[in-house]
Amino acid sequence: MSVFDQLVGQPRVVSTLRRASTEPAAMTHAWLFTGPPGSGRSVAARTFAAALQCEGAGGVQVGCGECQPCRMVMAGSHPDVRVVDTDQTFIKVGEARELVLEAQARPSLGRWRVMVVEDADRLNDHSANTLLKSLEEPTARTVWMLCAPSLEDVLVTVRSRCRHVRLGTPSPHAVADLLISRDGIDPSMAHYAARAAQSHIGIARRLATDEHARARRREITSIPTGLASLGDALRAAQDLVDEAGEGAKATSADHAEEQRRELLTQLGADLTARTQPPSVRAHLRRLDDRLKAEARRQQHDSIDAALTDLASVYRDALLVTAGSGLDRVNASEPEQIQLLARSFSAEQLLLALETIGEARQRLIANGAPLLVLEAMMIGLLLPRG
Amino acid sequence: MSAAVPTLVLVTGPEELRAERAVDSVVEAVRTSDADAEVVHVHTESYQPGELMVHTSPSLFGGWTVLVVHDLDEADDALVEDLSGYLDQPADGVTLVVLHKSGNRGKRVLDALKKSGARVIEAKAVKTERDKHDFVTEEFRSARRKIAADAVGALVLAVGKDLRELASACEQLIRDVEGLVETEDVTTYYGEKVETTGFRVAEAALGGDEARAMALLRHAMLGGLDPVPIVAVLAMQLRQVGKVATAGRGSSAQLARDLGMAPWQVDAARRASQGWDGQRLGAAIQAVAQADVDVKGGVRTEVAVRSPEYAVERAVLTVCRLAQGDGRP
Ligand SMILES: [Zn+2]
Repeated sequence: MSVFDQLVGQPRVVSTLRRASTEPAAMTHAWLFTGPPGSGRSVAARTFAAALQCEGAGGVQVGCGECQPCRMVMAGSHPDVRVVDTDQTFIKVGEARELVLEAQARPSLGRWRVMVVEDADRLNDHSANTLLKSLEEPTARTVWMLCAPSLEDVLVTVRSRCRHVRLGTPSPHAVADLLISRDGIDPSMAHYAARAAQSHIGIARRLATDEHARARRREITSIPTGLASLGDALRAAQDLVDEAGEGAKATSADHAEEQRRELLTQLGADLTARTQPPSVRAHLRRLDDRLKAEARRQQHDSIDAALTDLASVYRDALLVTAGSGLDRVNASEPEQIQLLARSFSAEQLLLALETIGEARQRLIANGAPLLVLEAMMIGLLLPRG
Repeated sequence: MSAAVPTLVLVTGPEELRAERAVDSVVEAVRTSDADAEVVHVHTESYQPGELMVHTSPSLFGGWTVLVVHDLDEADDALVEDLSGYLDQPADGVTLVVLHKSGNRGKRVLDALKKSGARVIEAKAVKTERDKHDFVTEEFRSARRKIAADAVGALVLAVGKDLRELASACEQLIRDVEGLVETEDVTTYYGEKVETTGFRVAEAALGGDEARAMALLRHAMLGGLDPVPIVAVLAMQLRQVGKVATAGRGSSAQLARDLGMAPWQVDAARRASQGWDGQRLGAAIQAVAQADVDVKGGVRTEVAVRSPEYAVERAVLTVCRLAQGDGRP
C-alpha cells in the first residue's frame, strides 16, 4: 500500500515523484503539475507532499500511506501542507502575499513546508508577480506545487521557474480499477462510471456513488433525441440553467448567511444590528461581490460539465456512423446513440459538436448563459423529415 | 372606543412599504374615534426593559395610545418577556401594533397575539415581475382609476426596481393624468429607460417594421444607451414569443402561470408571434445570441468585432428581415 496507488495510470509520474522524494539530488523547490481535468493533478501534488513528509518504514517505502504524516497530508490536516483552492475567477494579490509570507515559515512538524496551489491558471499578472521571487528562491525547506490544466494556462514567468510534470488521461480501465480498489465500488458500476466520466476520476466517483448524479447525466444524454421543435430547445436550455443554478452552493441563502456571520464576527461587529457602520458595510459589499462571482463560476462549471456529457453523445453517434469499434462513452445508452446516428449524417454530427464547442467559447466570453444555451439547442434541433 | 378600532394588531411580512401603510391605516382608524390619540414607536435596538409598561400605563389625560413595536423578529429577550407579560394582561386605552418581518424569532409573542384574536395584516414581499404588475394594478384599482395593461409594463420597467419609487409614481400618475393612463403618459413622466427602449425596438423588429426599429435603436445609441441591456431585452422578448408560440392554445392566465409571465405579457407575445414560425424564431434567437457575445467583446477566436453598435444593428436587422419572411439579410 502506498499513497502513489491513487495516481491512476501514471507510472512515469509516480517514478519521478518517488525519486524526488528519496534522492536529494532529484529534488526541486517548484513544481508544476498539468493534465486534463480529472487526471489527478491535485492528487499528484498531495501524494507527493505525503511522500515528502512520510516517516514510515524507516524511509524505505516512501509515501507509505500508513504513518501519521502520510495520513494527515491525505486528510488535508497536516499543518505544514497548505492547499490553496479557490472559488474565485482569479487568485488575488492579497491572497498571494499571504501565501508568500506563509511559505517563509519553517515547517513545524514535518521536513518540508509544502504550498499547493490547485488553480495556478487563476493567477493573474499581479498575483503571479507576487509569487515569482518565492518560486525562484524559496526558503530551504519550502516546496511549491502548482497545478493547471496545461502549460499554456500558466503565465510564462511562472512556468519557466517550475519543473513540469505532465499527467496523461488515464484509461477508463485504470480509473475503474481505482474505484473498485479504493472506494469498494461494484465492478460493473465502476466500469460504467469510468467510461461515462471520460476518465475524470472525481466525476467517475460521483457517478458511481450518487444516484442523483447518474439521473442528471441520463437527463442530459437524452436531450439530443428530444429536440424536435423550438419549444423543446427553449425548455432544454431553461432546464439546464435552472439545474446549474440549484447546484451552485454559493447561491444558497444559507451559505450567504453563514459567510456574513463569519465576516461580522471577524470584524467584531454586532451580528444583530439592523444597520452596520459604513466601514462594515464596505466589507459586506465586497463579500456580496465575492459571493456573486462564486455563484457565477459554479454555474459556469456546472453548465460546462453538462456540455461535456452532451458532446459525448454526438461523438458516440459519430463513431457509430463511421463504423468505428472504439469504446463508446455512452455504451449504457445504445438506443439514444443509434437513434441519433440514424437522424444525423456524419457531417451534421460534426456540425453539432462545433455548435457545442461554440457555446462553450461564448460562455467563457461572458455570454448570457440562458441565451447561449438557447442558441445552441436551436442549432442542435433534429433534422426535419 | 368603537368596535371598529382594534386593540391588538399583528403586521407580518417583509415589505416595509406595506407594513408602514398598515400602521398608518390603524392609526387613522383610531383617530376617527379619538383625534388626539398618541402614537408611540418602540424600536428593538434601543429597547430598555420595562419600557413597554411605561407606555401602556394609563395616561394622565385619559387619551388613547397606539403603541407600535417594530421588528419583533429582531427583539431581544427583554422585549419578548415584556410583550408576553402585556398580552397576559392588556391595558385599557391602548392599541398594540406589532411588526414582524419573517423567521421564528419572537414566535411566542406571535402565537400569543394570534390566540388573543389580534387583527392580522399581511405585508407580503413584492419581488417578481408579476408581483410588481399586481401591485400597480391594485394601486390604481383602490384609487378607482384605470391604467392600460402595457402602461403597467412600461411603468414597472421604468421605476420598478424600488417599490417606493413605483408607489410614488403611481400616486403621481393618478394625481396628474386624467382618465385612462397610457404608455405615453408613463414615458412623459419617467422618460425612456433602456429597458423600455429595448422593449420598443423588439416590438418593432418582431413586427418587421425595419424603419421604426432602426430609428429607435439609433436614437437610443446616440443618447449613449448601453447596447448590452438592449440585447438582453431583445432576447427576453424573443424568448417569450418563442415560449408562448410553442405552448399551444390554453388561456392567457393559464399560460402566464405555466411560463412565469404576466397575463398581458402572454397576450403581447401572442400578438407578436403572428406570422412567425419556429424556424425563423429560432434563427432570430441565434442572431441575438451572436450579438450578445459581440457587444461584450466577442469570442477570442473570432474575427474582431467592428463595434458593439454594429453588432446590435445587425441582429435587429436580421430579426426584421426574418419577420418579413426572408432568410438572413
Ligand atoms: Zn508514510
